[in-house]
Amino acid sequence: MVDVAFQSNRTAAAQAGRRRVGLRNALRRKSMSAFLMTLPLILLIAILVIYPALYSVHLATLNKAMTKFVGFGNFEFLFKRDTFWLVVKQSCIFAISAVIFKALIGFIVAHFVHNVPANKQRKWRGMLLVPWVIPPAMSTLAWLWLFDPSYSAFNYTLSFFGIGPIPWTGDAMWARFSVILVNVWYGAPFFMIMYLAALKSVPEQLYEAAAIDGANWWQRIWYVTLPMMRNIIAITTLFSLIVTFANFDIVRILTAGGPLDHTHIFATWAFRVGIEGSDIPLGASVSLFMVPILAVAAIFILRDITKRGNES
Amino acid sequence: MSRKKLSRREFVAATALSSAALITAPYVRGAYAAGKLSMGFWDHWVPGANSASTELVNEWAAKEKVEVQIDYITSQGNKNIVTIAAEAQAKSGHDIFQMPTWWPQANAELLEPVNDIMDPLIKLNGEVNGTVKYLGQADGKWLGVPASVGSQIKGPCSRIDLMKKYANIDVQEMYPAGGPPKADNWTLDTFLKAAEACHKAGFPFGIGLGETSDNVDTAGAIFQSFGAQLVDAKGDLTVKTDAVRQSLEFYKKLLAFLPPDVAAWDDASNNKWLVAGKGAMIMNPPSAWAVAKRDAPQIAEQCWTHGFPAGPKGRFAPYLPFFWSIWSFSKNKEAAKSLLSFLSQPASIEKMVVASGGYDLPAYEKLTTLKVWEEQGPPKGTLYHYPNPYKHQTLSIAASPAPPKVAQQIYFQATLTKMCLRYYQGEAMEKTLAWAEGECEGFMRS
Repeated sequence: MVDVAFQSNRTAAAQAGRRRVGLRNALRRKSMSAFLMTLPLILLIAILVIYPALYSVHLATLNKAMTKFVGFGNFEFLFKRDTFWLVVKQSCIFAISAVIFKALIGFIVAHFVHNVPANKQRKWRGMLLVPWVIPPAMSTLAWLWLFDPSYSAFNYTLSFFGIGPIPWTGDAMWARFSVILVNVWYGAPFFMIMYLAALKSVPEQLYEAAAIDGANWWQRIWYVTLPMMRNIIAITTLFSLIVTFANFDIVRILTAGGPLDHTHIFATWAFRVGIEGSDIPLGASVSLFMVPILAVAAIFILRDITKRGNES
Repeated sequence: MSRKKLSRREFVAATALSSAALITAPYVRGAYAAGKLSMGFWDHWVPGANSASTELVNEWAAKEKVEVQIDYITSQGNKNIVTIAAEAQAKSGHDIFQMPTWWPQANAELLEPVNDIMDPLIKLNGEVNGTVKYLGQADGKWLGVPASVGSQIKGPCSRIDLMKKYANIDVQEMYPAGGPPKADNWTLDTFLKAAEACHKAGFPFGIGLGETSDNVDTAGAIFQSFGAQLVDAKGDLTVKTDAVRQSLEFYKKLLAFLPPDVAAWDDASNNKWLVAGKGAMIMNPPSAWAVAKRDAPQIAEQCWTHGFPAGPKGRFAPYLPFFWSIWSFSKNKEAAKSLLSFLSQPASIEKMVVASGGYDLPAYEKLTTLKVWEEQGPPKGTLYHYPNPYKHQTLSIAASPAPPKVAQQIYFQATLTKMCLRYYQGEAMEKTLAWAEGECEGFMRS
């Protein structure tokens, strides 16, 4: 009996010791300390992102009065609404065209800045980043004044050349153009700075080798620069696509979705339906419709990151 | 160390004694003996108007020994309605919330009925208009107390000089200060002719066709003047009616005389139009005139606020009331009711109306003839007819009499202005009506 008891104590002590050693080892592991250090942020994200996301899924399954579970009833209702499909179409037009132009302008401007002598580059980089660092709500207000239906500064200027007045926010096509233009103006500097960083990491020897092979300017871009920037272009484009799809402030301030709903995108229409129309479940369903679209984009981003990691 | 053991008898006796002492002790009334009360009030546009509310609340708080906290929440960027949605979801927040137009109905299940204070207030201040009842009552239950603060009529504000010169209409004679309106000839036909004349003269009426409140309110009053409803009080679709067709035809004619960019107008556009001296009339409460008084006094001197033109089915003017509502989750409902009753006394209402320079409109019929509207100027008497003192027009809200939860959707989706715009832009009448009917069907989901 005594032996058994003694044995048992010894085993317990050994186990405790092993646990202590295990904990020490776990704490020594880099991944564990990294996890502990990021834990506050993870908790913050859980509270501010995951909980609201799950809550909105819950809301999307309720009826308008929020008294009954309706499953996918709200989505079924939305799929029968013409305005909803108009919003889907517009969100795609808005996001895709804005991202294409942002990428294109960012790429061109990054090349210009890259070719500026090193001592003057900082100044240019700073100036070109200004649209991106101003809060979009503020800068869009300035754009609203430029596009103002009655007192547009653009129209005033154009009138000297006998052009206009252009209904910047009063005509469906022009209004779409205006919201996309402001989004491009706001987002292009992000592309520019990312592409500039990528350009700087392209080894100079590759260009020298290409020059020796007799490559012209276009061939150097096509066969050297673009392949070297492929990953950053993909990641930046997809990241921007997600952000642009979820845009709210620019459209809300500039056109509030008008005229005739022709500039509504998911977020602005969700606000109109959910908050202004007091139909919160339907509003939640509209905003959740973005999830599959954005999830596909996120999968691409993650795959690209993994691929890049493996290559390096 | 000896320790005296407490016997069961001693324990019972001690408990009984202390309970008796607590109950019979004299009630000491501390500074905040009646607890706390928080309120989310609408942040007034008129500078200094909030201070009247603050003074009144503090006066009541000092008398009732309640600790109060007032948050003035702006409607800029819809911050007030976002806060209402958040508090309704969280079932936590202020005790009293000043809700605009549709929100008491939208949150009816979460609001404390206030019939016990409304009945005496109506006896004291007079009957409330039909729109206040439509928006503030559900199944006989008052969902809030009509707040004078922020409540407004969006009637015509005309330029005296331009209307006289180009439309041959003397708005001061039609709506004389201190006297009843002589506006029998002020009909939609006269209005249309005046719009045409002013447009020809280069001073078009500034009436928007966008999707914001000012635009929708004007369309609502004009539709009602024709007897047009998209959904009736029973909740039946009434889009494809002659009255709706007549309204669209009228708007098609009117749109030809309005500025070309009205489809993009928001609630600030008409104000700017008037203050910049570009038009002969807008539909707005006196805020535009107040801004003109500060920034363009020569224009303010020519402004006259008056009644709406009458249509075949009557004379309707857009009225947008605010309500002070008490959340059902409030922990101090009795104090909240006491405060709302105090804020609705005639003297309190007058103080708030004066502080707003006559912008605020009490909902009660005995309080539409306060001195403040007589005295405002220049020109003196410019606001005399603003509160509808002779009740010669029906105060209404766009999309009524549809059931309020359906009407709210029609209102915020701007179905009326969208219909006018679609038809004006060349869409066939029946196609526009079919589109509107489809929209309204969607708004009826429960």
